[in-house]
Amino acid sequence: MKKYIDQGKNDTRSGFGAGLAELGRTNPNVVALCADLVGSLKMEKFIEENPERFFQIGIAEANMMGIAAGLTIGGKIPFTGTFANFSTGRVYDQIRQSIAYSDKNVKICASHAGVTLGEDGATHQILEDLGLMKMLPGMTVINTCDYNQTKAATIAIAEHHGPVYLRFGRPKVANFTPVDQKFEIGKAVMLNEGTDVTIVATGHLVWEALIAAENLEKQGISAEVINIHTIKPLDGEAVLKSVKKTGCIVTAEEHNYLGGLGESISGFLATTQPTPQEFVATKDTFGESGTPEQLMDKYGLNNKAIENAVVSVLKRK
Amino acid sequence: MPKLQELQDLTVQVRRDILRMVHKVNSGHPGGSLGCTEFIVALYNEIMELKDEFDMDGKGEDLFFLSNGHISPVFYSVLARKGYFPVDELNTFRLIDSRLQGHPTTHEGLPGVRIASGSLGQGMSVALGAAQAKKLNKDSNIVYTLHGDGELQEGQNWEAIMYAAGKKVDNIIATIDYNGQQIDGATEDVLPMGDLKKKFEAFGWEVLEIKEGNDLEAILKGMKEAKSKTGKGKPVCVLLHTIMGHGVDFMMYTHAWHGKAPNDEQLATALAQNSETLGDY
Repeated sequence: MKKYIDQGKNDTRSGFGAGLAELGRTNPNVVALCADLVGSLKMEKFIEENPERFFQIGIAEANMMGIAAGLTIGGKIPFTGTFANFSTGRVYDQIRQSIAYSDKNVKICASHAGVTLGEDGATHQILEDLGLMKMLPGMTVINTCDYNQTKAATIAIAEHHGPVYLRFGRPKVANFTPVDQKFEIGKAVMLNEGTDVTIVATGHLVWEALIAAENLEKQGISAEVINIHTIKPLDGEAVLKSVKKTGCIVTAEEHNYLGGLGESISGFLATTQPTPQEFVATKDTFGESGTPEQLMDKYGLNNKAIENAVVSVLKRK
Repeated sequence: MPKLQELQDLTVQVRRDILRMVHKVNSGHPGGSLGCTEFIVALYNEIMELKDEFDMDGKGEDLFFLSNGHISPVFYSVLARKGYFPVDELNTFRLIDSRLQGHPTTHEGLPGVRIASGSLGQGMSVALGAAQAKKLNKDSNIVYTLHGDGELQEGQNWEAIMYAAGKKVDNIIATIDYNGQQIDGATEDVLPMGDLKKKFEAFGWEVLEIKEGNDLEAILKGMKEAKSKTGKGKPVCVLLHTIMGHGVDFMMYTHAWHGKAPNDEQLATALAQNSETLGDY
């Protein structure tokens, strides 16, 4: 199996902050907005270097989404920053009407997604955001897996014209994708070729999928691991090619099984290549307080859960 | 400056357009549209500095955002008669495959529209973004908005109102259609909003009132004064006192025609009170 090296644990939100800072230096049209969470979103560098292009909105996310939509009128490329919960559920209608339906070039950048937000608990741990965002016509939905990928994605979405939801998180996790990667929106990344089962993972579950694949190899199971960072548009071709070879699939994400990546894939495969599938995702539940590791374990979102899902799905081939 | 008579003629013709549009499809919102006819006519034909051709970015011209999107009939009629799209297209209002959706949208590419509106309370935030983009672009033009008074019951407005003053967005003139009516009745009965002038002032806005909001001369004078208040560190609010359904006697002073179209007989009566001036579409 292909070996991946952790270049040093880091948080995906810092990848966003680094990407935004670089955009500040390279793209004069990029502006940033924040609803009183500058430190949490790691936006300090951009602000320090481009104070005139930063808008501190205060604790008023609905207003922030509207202002972002308005800033596009005049050619700006606004990046909004707040927690995933306040980036989506709290402001759904503002995004729907003023951004998505109005075809505005706004980049909604959302940190602290999922249960790995940790101790703050379920009020802040959104597990429905991918579903909310992918249902909006015209919205591109991205969930990155590590620091390097998040930085590359942040830079890439500035070049894409149209609304984008970019989801990342709080904890420091393995940083294993190439530092100089080119981020292609809508293109799956093949991490490990295998023949018995396809594991498709997004966000923090990608590293867990690689650990699971290593453990499975020791048991004589050859797992293909694909990183789907773009939930929408979905790289169906990559999924189809893989399941035609393996005959079964496990999807893994830090999100409710309703509305997430797994649901997108099952919907796609139902009409192209019906395939036995297991979902590593939360099972229609809210989260709770705890450490990220405890929560990933309790809610079945780690390498152990992926291994179990593989064992189950292999029996259904 | 177009002669006042020309603006008056256009106002009457726009009124006819509104009535015929909503009658044809037996749906739409004539009350607020009629109440704001003088204002939108004056805005587009006298008050705003506009370029000849429409482009989305609107650099180097004044911008207008209609937040209370349900009064789309008056917006569409004024845009068409200003030359943004063919007047005949008013025939397609609310019909399948039309660019003239029930509520305004950019989605169908209708020239003159820069944001979708209809779900209330969002227009001021958008306008603030556009106003700040103008500042970044060193564009000295102004951003105008229109909001229903009942629309101010939506909380997002107050986020925007607080922000505008706090951040000194002084290149915006937000006008409130102060007709005192909303779908379920008088705003005083549905949800009293207190003293709007004092509220805006307390939030740090410059506030002007146009008491005769259906009088073209009063509107021109009031908006000229409003413009003179821009660029001085404060956002500017205009409380435009209008009469819902203005120009059609049986539609005035009531919320009954907020979202109801006239029948054949009512249309004939209403049109008789507004004789054709510039030619029906």
